[in-house]
Amino acid sequence: MATLSTPLRARPNAVDLGGLDRQQRSLWIDAWQRLSRNKAAMLGLVIMALACLVAATAQWIAPYEPLEQNTANNLRDPVWGDPRYVDPGHLFGTDSLGRDILSRLIYSARISIVIGFAPAAVVFVIGVTVGMVAGYTGGTTDNLLMRLTDVIYAFPDLLFLIIIMTSLRDTGIGQLVGGLILMFLAIAVVNWIGVARLTRGQVLALKEKEFVEAARAVGASPGRIMLRHLFPNALAPLIVQTAFAVPTYILYEAGLSFLGVGIRPPIPTWGSMLNEGFLVFSSTPWPVLLPALCISIVMLAFTFVGDGLRDALDPRMKI
Amino acid sequence: MVRYAIRRVLLLVPTLFLVALITFVLAQAAPGSPFDRNPDKPLSEDARARLNALYGLDRPIHEQFAIYVANAVRLDFGNSIISQRPVVEIIGNGLPRSAQLGIQALLVAVAIALPLGVVSALKQNTLVDYGSVLAATIGTTIPSFVIGLMLIYVFGVTLKWVPFIGWGEGCGPLPSCDFRRMILPTLVLALGPAAYLMRITRASMLDVIRQDFVRTARAKGLRENVVVVRHALRNALIPVITILGPATAALIVGTFFIEYIFSIPGSGGEYIRAIRSRDYPVIMATTLLYAFFIALGNLVVDLAYGVVDPRMKVAK
Amino acid sequence: MAQLLEVRDLHTQFFTRDGVVRAVDGVSFELDQGETLGLVGESGCGKTVTALSLMRLIPIPPGKIVKGSIVFDGADVLKMDDDEVRGIRGNNVAMIFQDPMTSLNPVLTISRQISEALELHLKMDKSESRKRTIELLDLVGIPSAKKRMDDYPHQFSGGMRQRVMIAMALSCNPKLILADEPTTALDVTIQAQILDLLKNLAREFRTAFILITHDLGVVAGMTQRIHVMYGGKIVEKADTGELFANPKMPYTWGLLRSIPRLDEHRKAKLLPIEGLPPDLIAPPPGCRFEPRCQYRRDLCREKEPELRRIPNAKPDHEARCWGTQEGGWLVDTDWRRETGDAAVLEEIKQEVAQLPPEPKTDGEMPPPPPSAPLN
Repeated sequence: MATLSTPLRARPNAVDLGGLDRQQRSLWIDAWQRLSRNKAAMLGLVIMALACLVAATAQWIAPYEPLEQNTANNLRDPVWGDPRYVDPGHLFGTDSLGRDILSRLIYSARISIVIGFAPAAVVFVIGVTVGMVAGYTGGTTDNLLMRLTDVIYAFPDLLFLIIIMTSLRDTGIGQLVGGLILMFLAIAVVNWIGVARLTRGQVLALKEKEFVEAARAVGASPGRIMLRHLFPNALAPLIVQTAFAVPTYILYEAGLSFLGVGIRPPIPTWGSMLNEGFLVFSSTPWPVLLPALCISIVMLAFTFVGDGLRDALDPRMKI
Repeated sequence: MVRYAIRRVLLLVPTLFLVALITFVLAQAAPGSPFDRNPDKPLSEDARARLNALYGLDRPIHEQFAIYVANAVRLDFGNSIISQRPVVEIIGNGLPRSAQLGIQALLVAVAIALPLGVVSALKQNTLVDYGSVLAATIGTTIPSFVIGLMLIYVFGVTLKWVPFIGWGEGCGPLPSCDFRRMILPTLVLALGPAAYLMRITRASMLDVIRQDFVRTARAKGLRENVVVVRHALRNALIPVITILGPATAALIVGTFFIEYIFSIPGSGGEYIRAIRSRDYPVIMATTLLYAFFIALGNLVVDLAYGVVDPRMKVAK
Repeated sequence: MAQLLEVRDLHTQFFTRDGVVRAVDGVSFELDQGETLGLVGESGCGKTVTALSLMRLIPIPPGKIVKGSIVFDGADVLKMDDDEVRGIRGNNVAMIFQDPMTSLNPVLTISRQISEALELHLKMDKSESRKRTIELLDLVGIPSAKKRMDDYPHQFSGGMRQRVMIAMALSCNPKLILADEPTTALDVTIQAQILDLLKNLAREFRTAFILITHDLGVVAGMTQRIHVMYGGKIVEKADTGELFANPKMPYTWGLLRSIPRLDEHRKAKLLPIEGLPPDLIAPPPGCRFEPRCQYRRDLCREKEPELRRIPNAKPDHEARCWGTQEGGWLVDTDWRRETGDAAVLEEIKQEVAQLPPEPKTDGEMPPPPPSAPLN
């Protein structure tokens, strides 16, 4: 079975990238075909696309301003709830401050999508760069990276994030954009090492292959070798890892906001909606159940896509 | 083996030191002083200085850290800024209950995951298999506090099957006054690790039952259950054991959320309260404690690995 | 001598996503008590599946024994219930597998793995089975057996592990041992030792054995008779001496040509058999070897030959070939001199060159079915 991490067949003229590119492209098409046959992954992709669409168009599709309070009309049930407490103007009801839950859910999708993808991109760039350099050149960078991994791996990510978010919350940076910037940074700081380690492993395996030797033999610079030869061949497992990282980050945000150390109120996020709804949970469950449902659906969608990508790109990676 | 164990125990020290350093630095980086609780009534300069001197906050940072570490070694973590009670006492109160919750959940997780994983692998591509894999996917994907909140609504509020709030309020950890209050929190906490363990067990078992030595065992005329338990399962458990370390970590983080949403007076819930009120002495001590438990869990797993897999003994 | 085993018209198939693999397709043979038989053929010709079928060790699904009978010691193995089959496995029929590195359980001691069968079939208690285990390990030439019996497999070398496998196979005094490529995974120097050991012990205990190998050179001094398999069928049956002196099937000729010989000088080049073993999902309609046969005629493509007696050969010599059967065009051919039709050979070579570079499967067994999409 052709897999991307089995590197391309080495040829005497391996530097001739025309040949390499062609083979590479067919591998990607192959992977896409496998992915598109996976129904769960396709369903996940559709939900992901929908979530992105909702996030992008929030200000037009949300029926109300998400921060608009109306304490007189608070804790309304959704339209399917107890008819005595339903306000037909609020499809999903209102929260304890009388804010429209549907509008808040819609705006929350923004935060979740951003918190999922933005740190993933940062983590990817930093992790791949450091991992490449460490793997390709070895030496001090490599040693330092490995020592750092040992420490970070001994500790759960969420615990790290809680501590960082708690202590830096009231600094200047912690107050930028409601704490969003700090959360980006915290997630990036804790997670880039995993990507670096994976990249390093890939590079260590690849750099002994003939096509890299061949590139070196014709005098390609280390930068060119890393970018044109190592990176494309190490890409598949990195994509899979990133696909699983995105929902993890969304989960981090939800967890931290639920504990009250995430995004600052009044910015709506699914996690902070849970946090606020939990205070009135005994009187009405909907302010908690609706965001909980949103989180669950989006998390499942991302996981289905991740599973599908893994099966499509590298059938040997299991679990 | 013994030397390896000793070396691993000694390696705990630098790990804990590093964790102490990180938490200390982060706590220092937090702006303002813990005494600025009420923005409407700022403390007088004089009162602030006296408080700083009282808590040793007027000394240079490295000295403060040295004092902190020296005290920590003697299990003295100072007093809570909020309640003024000694940190050790606060943690000591909640820890047994949290430990009970965590251990119960781990046992439940293993008891669910291992049989399910094995059956799922043996009956691969049947309805049982698809069902358990889907359940495991949901269990690993949706965070425990979300599932917990949903289950509280379904079982506690709507169906009223189980009382769910405030297990152990006003009574000792063991035996609990009302064991029914433990059911939901234990199950919810067990769910994530159980799902993950199940997936690993299944994958590992699928790998092992295709191996030659399983065929050898069958060729001896052994019963299928002997083949599965004695020959296949023992090998399949080796990778499962390695993830018990991360599972411990997951359980500890899980207790924060579970104790919080179920109002269980344990050290996890206490940790969340400390975080919300920026009670740094409690935060730092609890973090250190958890780091210790996690490192200990990893250590036990590594040693168990050597016991289960005879090939490891020679390598060491 | 009394008959021990009679296999009639055995069909074992694997039901895969790509289609039904007819791994064993109508195999019949007999074996007397204490007799030794070599089952020879390329990888994927159905030898191993035949052996596994005898012990009903075919993984179900995807495999299934669809037709035939296997009468062992008077009883049909295929009609037994599971308990009865288990009573035979390891007790009356034992098997030695190809790779001693993977065939022993890495987490159990050697003694545990040997005594398991003793306790199960011979109802020995712990101390009896330990005593017997030491005897067995001595027998197969494990030095200081008493000390080493509580070691784990990884503490033994490959040759030593295969000795352990032989000890395990002999443990319950079986009437039949199935040895599936027992030396393929070993060093050449160890191979001869293991084969000698197997032969001598089988003779000593009057155990019948079937030696499965892809290497005609291995069976030469080992077994009384040889059956050559190709594409899930037996294509030639003969006494060992007769087969080497007077082979009657072009496939056997090809096998013989590809054995390296030390006594001939380099002048005689090794001649590989061009082409690939047949696709067992859609086998060729006529003779299965026809696409690769340098002596083929149109008849070979149209109609499949039966396994028949051969003129100018010993009476129990049979071959499945139109050319060498009564009235065929190869009856008088000397395979050493005439290497077939050069034009046909060229044709085969060109066909081979057009095949995709990677063969679909190269193992003995079809690949395991892909696992559930969700894991």
